[in-house]
Formats: sequence, structure tokens, C-alpha cells
Amino acid sequence: MAFVLVLVVVAVAVFVISAPLRARRGSREQEGREAGRIAELEAARDAKYREIRDAELDMRTGKLSAEDYGAIDGTLRSEAVEIMRALDTVSSEQHEK
Amino acid sequence: MAVVGRSLLILGLCACLYGIGASVYGARAGGRVWVDSGRRAMYVLAGMTAIAFVILDVAFLSSNFSYNIVATGSSTTTPFFYRAAAIWATQQGSLLLWVLLLSSWSSLALFLTRRRVPEIVPYAQAVLFALCTFFVGLNVLFANPFATSSNAPTEGAGLDPLLRHTTMMIHPPMLYSGYTLLLVPFAFAVGALISGRLGAEWIQVTRRFALAAWLCLGIGILLGARWSYTELGWGGYWAWDPVENAALMPWLVCTAFIHSIMIQEKRGMLKVWNVSLILLSGTLAIVGTFLVRSGILSSIHAFVSDPTLNISFVALITVMVIGSLWLVILRKDSLKSEARLDSLISREAVFLFQNLVLVALTAVIFWITFFPLISEAITGTEVSVGPPAFRPFVVPLAIIIVLLSGIGPIISWRRVTVAKLRRNFSFPAIVALLVLAVLAAFGSIGSHVFALLMFGAGAFVIAAVAQEFYRGVRARQAMTAESPPVALGRLVRRNRRRYGGYIVHAGVAFALIGVAASTSFQDSRTATIGPGQSVMIHGYKVRYVRATAGATAEKLSFGAVLAVTSGNKHVTTLHTSYSLYPSQDPTQGPIGRFFNGSAESRVGLRAGLTQDIWAVINPNITPLQGLIKKGDAVLQKALTNALAQPPAARAKALNQLYQLRDIAIRELTQRFVSHPWAATFLLIVSPLVTWLWLGAIIAALGGLIALWPLPPPRRRRPSVPPSRKELAPEPEVRARELV
Repeated sequence: MAFVLVLVVVAVAVFVISAPLRARRGSREQEGREAGRIAELEAARDAKYREIRDAELDMRTGKLSAEDYGAIDGTLRSEAVEIMRALDTVSSEQHEK
Repeated sequence: MAVVGRSLLILGLCACLYGIGASVYGARAGGRVWVDSGRRAMYVLAGMTAIAFVILDVAFLSSNFSYNIVATGSSTTTPFFYRAAAIWATQQGSLLLWVLLLSSWSSLALFLTRRRVPEIVPYAQAVLFALCTFFVGLNVLFANPFATSSNAPTEGAGLDPLLRHTTMMIHPPMLYSGYTLLLVPFAFAVGALISGRLGAEWIQVTRRFALAAWLCLGIGILLGARWSYTELGWGGYWAWDPVENAALMPWLVCTAFIHSIMIQEKRGMLKVWNVSLILLSGTLAIVGTFLVRSGILSSIHAFVSDPTLNISFVALITVMVIGSLWLVILRKDSLKSEARLDSLISREAVFLFQNLVLVALTAVIFWITFFPLISEAITGTEVSVGPPAFRPFVVPLAIIIVLLSGIGPIISWRRVTVAKLRRNFSFPAIVALLVLAVLAAFGSIGSHVFALLMFGAGAFVIAAVAQEFYRGVRARQAMTAESPPVALGRLVRRNRRRYGGYIVHAGVAFALIGVAASTSFQDSRTATIGPGQSVMIHGYKVRYVRATAGATAEKLSFGAVLAVTSGNKHVTTLHTSYSLYPSQDPTQGPIGRFFNGSAESRVGLRAGLTQDIWAVINPNITPLQGLIKKGDAVLQKALTNALAQPPAARAKALNQLYQLRDIAIRELTQRFVSHPWAATFLLIVSPLVTWLWLGAIIAALGGLIALWPLPPPRRRRPSVPPSRKELAPEPEVRARELV
């Protein structure tokens, strides 16, 4: 009984672990890379949004002067635009394929 | 099922080795499928460990004493709830729990990052597998939880009575969760160093794991303190015990890390510092695990010393330290900061200073904790160190940390103008000065300078946090015209990391005010009194009303009911008891073994917001020893005679003798009530202890808020003000997601 149970566990483990190796390699790797790049950019965009909101809250709660806020906000928004452009490029490349 | 359990561990070890190979090959050859396959090996490892854990726990629940660790760590008289948790009171079982938690958290981390940081993940995965290999290897080679005995005893030794406490059942899994969660950012930091991707990506993907580690370790530490306060019977909650310190050190470094990563995320600064902090935290997590298991430093919390395990842990710690140093030196050029500190009066400067103080505090605790070992190595004599060795260093540093935790929230990033500084500091500073002035007016409080400073610093933090909430709500109301409660709820919901952090700061301030008050103004005394007699403490009259006693199959209890009065007013009634668990040592005598086993105390506690009244009894059962010895002699003789009888009569005779033994034990125990003698009581009156527990709950709540994931910005209702048109036309549409 114990031997059969162990055999079943081994079979399930081998099946689960080898699944990516059995799949079509080339397309999966490519898809994985693109999905990874998009996820990266989306995370970077979300982090940048949070930074912009943080700076605004700092200004509204009296920790940042309007002048400093303007400079920081401008920089952060430019960075956000860069990220969104990169995201657009990667997304459109993926759609074209 | 023991065979299945052991086989699962061996298969788990194979999965670990495969995982290392597949991850490294995938990283070097750029084969994503191998990395994916390796990740799945981690899921498989977690699954196998979970099944092995369940098999072992079922053995504990069913009191299957053929398993060696069930026989040594449980018994039929151990309550069901404690039997379920007794698995991690044993060395082997706790190592298995370690593997289960490490593989589970690793699986979660690898699942969440399966499409992120592809250059870092394979190496991080390999490091996590290497750590799992170490712990599964210990279970397979040196600490087999599935070892069985063909000659199983009919009764187990039972769970250590001191561990029969609700918090102790949650405390170890929380600490282990903290340690194992810390290893996730540790592994990703190593991955970032190997791959050379040293931006903020590795921090962004593991920040929550560091925060969860901080939270779990913090909860674990507090539960341990609570257990110490209500179970150990010495009257305190923190003894600077090596095992307590082992959990505190990584928690302190993790606190520093959680703050300093914000500087890297926002400014691209402190890269060397951040990787060093997390590498140190991870290594300290393993040092902590080693201290619990090694017994190299005397501690009531440690397992029995095992030289094989000790050598293995020392080897792992050495590899971690040398490997970390080598990687940081190797990548020193890539770890240069992208920006410089603009001003010494800025949030990043405060964070940096706070980091230095936290690391200094950790260094002090490390040095004093290990001083007995260092001293023994140099002089040949082990020196024991206690709380007085820590206090002169820890107290001033703790005050500075609390003060900085108030300054951080009210100061801005990059630079701050004098006008803003005045505006933000005025209210908290006035509150702190008022508190100091009022308390200094009381002569007895004013003479405790450090306590006074802690109260002032704590008041500053609480006022600063309150001010931040007030201003945040006002700012939100100005934009949205929401009612204050709605504005408060939405403010916190939208800025969980920030306001969760502020709540943590306030909670820590409350907790440390409680610590300062309860350690500086505690009143304690020991008194030996009989029923009807009284003793005075801190203006209270404590009267020993009556003795109590109880005998069950599990334990014998000797207790007391105490009435506490102030003047003519009844304040509270305290119930305290001292329990004895039977020893399995036959040389103690057939009756004596019931009175000479392990002991535990139940504290009589009246907890209040301003003051705790705490009492514990030591019944001193010496007056019973003569009767116990007499009973042992008589019963031993009768047992010898019974055993000499033919088998049919023997069982009956033994049964009768055991019944008589039980009656004798009950009668002896009841003598504490019928012929009471003087018992010794430790009585303590401590102010503000409850603030420590409440502060901890507040801090944990804040931690949970900070940890809770933000909703993705894209799902929010667009509502950007029209003034934000400076962005390029097309992406500007998405900038609406900001608000």
C-alpha cells in the first residue's frame, strides 16, 4: 500500500515538473518573454502612479511647497509617460504578431 | 504511513536538487522552460512536505507512540489542541514545519514573479531551493521525524507543561513564518547580485514578503512575550534571553530594510545598503534558527544541543556570510547610487539615520548575546549576561528610534523649508513638551530620566501621526467634500502603505511607552503567608483568602484565591495556581513521580489600562514529602507482591493498587486545602503593561493595512483634474488613472 502511494506521488511529481519541458518550446519562451516585459512595465507604471499620488499628498498635507511639488511632479509625470510609451510599443508589437 | 512520510522527504530532497539544477541551467542557457520546470518542482516540494506534515500530525493526534517523536513529545493526557501543535515542540517536527513554510512561501513568491524579473528569478529560485535542500537534508539525514520504534511505549512523555499555553501554539509558526518569509527577499537580492539587475525591481517584487516577514516576526515576538508574562511565573515579558534576541535581531534589521528600500525606489540611492541589510536579515534568520536548535547559549526556549545539527548550521551561516560579502564586493560598481542626499533635513536623511541606529542596536544585542561564547573562547570561562547588560545601550537607542519614527512622517523627501518645518513640528513638539512638563512635575516620575524621555518621544510620535491623519482627511475633504469618516476610510484605503506605516509608528510608540512605564515603575515583592494573612504592595492589601487544589490524570494543582483591596474597596480577586505534571522516571517512586515532575504556573492577573496586578504562587510542597515517601514505600512493597502473583490475580491486584494510589494522590493533594500551610507569593504591580499589548495590536493592524495589496490603478474611476494636461495626449488619458 505504502509503495503504491509513493509511486503515485512520484508519477504526479514527474508529470507536474516535466509539463513545461513537454510543451512547445519556442513559442512558449517568446510568449513568456513578452508577457514578462509587459508585466514589468505595468508594475513600473503602477509604482510611478503611486509616487505621483504620494507627492501630491505631501503637497496637500503641507510637507512640500508648491514650487518643489511642481518640479517633482513634472519629473515623475515625464517618467510615467516614458513607461507608458514603452508599454504601448511592447503591446502593439504583441498585437501585430 | 511512516514509510510514506520518509519517502516523501527523500523525494522532496530529489525535487530540491532537480530545482537547483533546472534553475541554474535555465539561467545560464536562457531556457525559460527549465526555469518553469524548476518552479513547479518547488510546488511539488511544498505539496510533498504538506502531506508529510499531515501524516505526522495525524500520528500526534491519534497518540501513535510507535513514532519516536510522538512518544517523546506527546501523551494521551495531553489535551487534543496541544497534541495537534506538539509537532513543532520537537526538533524533528519543527524542522519539518520550517521546510513546509519555506517551500510554501517560496512557491507563492515564485508564482507571483513567474512573469516578472526574468533575469533575477532563476537565481533566486536556485537560492531558495538550496535553502530548502539544507533543511530537507537535515530532516532526511540527521533529524528524521518519521523514525519509529517496534517496541512502542503505552504512554508518551507528554508535551512540556510550559508549552501548554495558547499563545505558544501560535508563537513558533509565526516566528518560523517570519524567518522563512525573510529568505524570499534574501534570495531575490542574491539573484539580483548574480544577474547584475540591481535596480529597484527585485525590491518591488519582494517588498510585501519583507513586510509580511516583519509582521509575522513581530507577532511571534509579542506572543512569546505574552507567554512569558502569563506562563513563566517570573513576572516579566522580556528577559533578553538568547532565543528572544535571535528573533529580535532580524526583526530590527528588517525594520531598517523596509524603510531604506523606499529611498532606493524613489531616489535610486542606498543600493549597497539595501542589499546588505537584506543579506544580513536573511543570515540573522538562519542564526536565529541555529540558536533555537543548537543550545550553544543557555535558554529556556532552546532545543537540546545536537552537535551534527550545529556543524551543519555553522557551515550554512559561513557560506551565507562569505557568499554575501563576495557578491556585494563583486558588484560594488553597479551598486553606486543614482542620486545624492539633497539635504540632511529630509525624509531620506531621517530614514538613513534611523537605519544606522537600528543596525547599531542590532550590533549591540548581537555582541552582548554572544558575549558568553566569546568570553569562553578567549578566557575559558563562560560569563553570564542578563538584562542589566543590555539596558544602558538599548534604552537610549530605543528612545532615538521612537523619536525618529515621529519625525519621518512629518518631513518631506529631498528637502524641506524652514517654514514647512515649523508648521509640521509645532504641534507634536508642543504635545511632547507638555507631556514632559506634566510628568516631570511628579517627582517620582521625573527622577527616571530615560522613562521620561521615552514618554516625551512617544507623545511626539502619537501627536505627529494624529496630525498627519487630520491633515490628510482635511486635504481629501477639500478635494471631494466627503464626510470626515468617509474621507478617513478612503484616505487610508488609497494610501495603505503610507497610513499603514503611520499606524505602525503610533502602535510602536504606545508599546514602548508601556515598556518604559512597566520596567521603570514596577513594584514587586515576595511574601510567604498562610490563609487569612495579608500583605501590602503599592497601596493594595492582598489577602490570602483560601487554598485550592485539584488532581486529574493530567496534572496536580495547588492554588490560592487572593482578594485585593484598596482601603475598604474591593479591587479584584486573583486566582493563581501551580501545577505538577507526572514524571516518567520510575526512580521517583510510584506516588512521588506525580509530585516531582515538570511544573507550570498559572498567573493571577488583573490587567487594566493603567495598571496590572499580577500574582503567582509557589506552594512549597515540602510538608507533603514525608507522607509521599511513606506512601511510596508502602505502595512499592504492595506492587512487588502483586507482580509476584499468578497472571490472572496479578492484573486484578495491580488494578486495585492503582486505584488506591489515585486515592492517595488525591488525598495528599487535598491536604493543601484541609491542612493549609504558608505558601510563597510573588506579587507585582506594573503600570501600563496593557499599553504594550494594545500598541502591538495597533502596530500589527497597521502592518496588515500596509501589506494589503492596492487595487490596480486601471480599475479606478477616471477623475483627473483638468490642470494635468502637461502629459503627452495619448498617455494623458491613462494619467486619469492616477487619482
